[in-house]
Amino acid sequence: MTEARFELIVLGAGPAGLAAAKAAADSGREVLVLDDNPLPGGQIWRGGPDQAPNARARAAFSALQHPRIAYRPGARLFAAPGPGTLLVELPEGGCRLGYGQLILATGARERFLPFPGWTLPGVFGLGGLQALAKGGYPVAGKRIVLAGTGPLLLAVADTLKARGARVLLLAEQAPLGRVARFAAGLVRHPAKLAQAVALKSRLLGIPYRCSSHVLEASGRERLERLRLSWGGEEGFIDCDYLGCAFGLLPNTETGQLLGCTLAAGAVAVDDYQQTSRPGVYAAGEACGIGGVDKAQIEGRIAGLAAAGRPEEARRLFPARAHARDFADRLAEAFRLEPALLRLARPDTLICRCEDVPLQALQSCSSWREAKLLTRCGMGACQGRTCGPMAETLLGFEPRGSRPPLQPVSLETLVSALSPTDPR
Amino acid sequence: MPEAVIAELPIRLNGETVRVPAGITVAAALALAGQQALRLSVKGAPRGPLCGMGVCFECRVTIDGRRHERACQRLVADQMEILTHD
Repeated sequence: MTEARFELIVLGAGPAGLAAAKAAADSGREVLVLDDNPLPGGQIWRGGPDQAPNARARAAFSALQHPRIAYRPGARLFAAPGPGTLLVELPEGGCRLGYGQLILATGARERFLPFPGWTLPGVFGLGGLQALAKGGYPVAGKRIVLAGTGPLLLAVADTLKARGARVLLLAEQAPLGRVARFAAGLVRHPAKLAQAVALKSRLLGIPYRCSSHVLEASGRERLERLRLSWGGEEGFIDCDYLGCAFGLLPNTETGQLLGCTLAAGAVAVDDYQQTSRPGVYAAGEACGIGGVDKAQIEGRIAGLAAAGRPEEARRLFPARAHARDFADRLAEAFRLEPALLRLARPDTLICRCEDVPLQALQSCSSWREAKLLTRCGMGACQGRTCGPMAETLLGFEPRGSRPPLQPVSLETLVSALSPTDPR
Repeated sequence: MPEAVIAELPIRLNGETVRVPAGITVAAALALAGQQALRLSVKGAPRGPLCGMGVCFECRVTIDGRRHERACQRLVADQMEILTHD
């Protein structure tokens, strides 16, 4: 196993991570950026510099040309055996990395809610289908329904339409009243308003229905048909793909592994984006869902604070407050309707890795009991998908996080063991 | 992907050579080759990609002998050996 040490390691090369790395490197720090994805940009700019959608993305990617920033894609963090040490699996093998300071910019994943048929091939996440399409997944000519909540519905429709997909319907779970109030409130965020108007005009002709969600997906071996509820009525749509998810969840596993305190499901941070662990910062979605503006500003604040420039970081506080205001409006407008939590039938799978249905979990009293009795959350994804669902549907307490954070090869694990590590 | 001339490269998919555009993910290459379901669940049901960003592991395949590789998180490479339903 190779070893190296950096003044600052940034975990994640999305908007927050790139902004953090640049701010710190501009202040003289030597920075290593590690990212699990094959290309930089996080999910919003997935596809890397070649697919950068605008000047803002291109400017963000320029951080990777900085002489004091090193960048490693395809890096899987799997353990943190002691203070200032990370174990990472790189494409060429295991690596032990030392750090002085750490910035967590681990982003978010989608919230899934189970409904009958949601495990059929052809049913994707909403941002998930967008991410796949950006990676070349074929969508041209496909009949696609998008369901879920929030502005992501429009953004995904835009991406898919530009690639030749036939987007049949956008099903927004929130009622029209809340969506309309959110849209009216955008006058406080004129840049967002302009974006929304441009997006909407590109999507003319695609039905956008509020108070709508998927009831059931069906098909032999793959998705063929959806049963939906729209505005209280029911109907069927034949389609090839469904993109469906219900907002985002902060990726907190790495923060938990490092012992960082969580608050409201996100990594808790102070004004300078520092976590409960000294020298460990967090920025972007990992410390609260809020979108790209918040992510970049928090990244800059974290980078400046880590580099010992708190006065400059402080100047960004008003911009961060503004971005967080937008995040609060989003969360309120697109909060989930209770009906969404009642879609699963007793035999609907919750844990896709171990094929555990809802009824098997209903007799358990805790997440731990569910794991022990049903193997729920014990598969390859380690509860990342089913854990939040079990919390939302059954009230199970949030999960802890333990190494290895991700499946790693035995070779890497063996080479990572050192007599100095606490077992 | 740019619309202009797209370079292609050969990969080995379940033992057969197919040519796919460079720069795409393994998940995309498999779908282009007609493989939407990439594995069977523990009870035998077909599964395909879900999250598209490396979280859910539903798209796991064997790549160059390494099991449990996420097809959505790997880009195709020349002569890459991919086995589905591992």
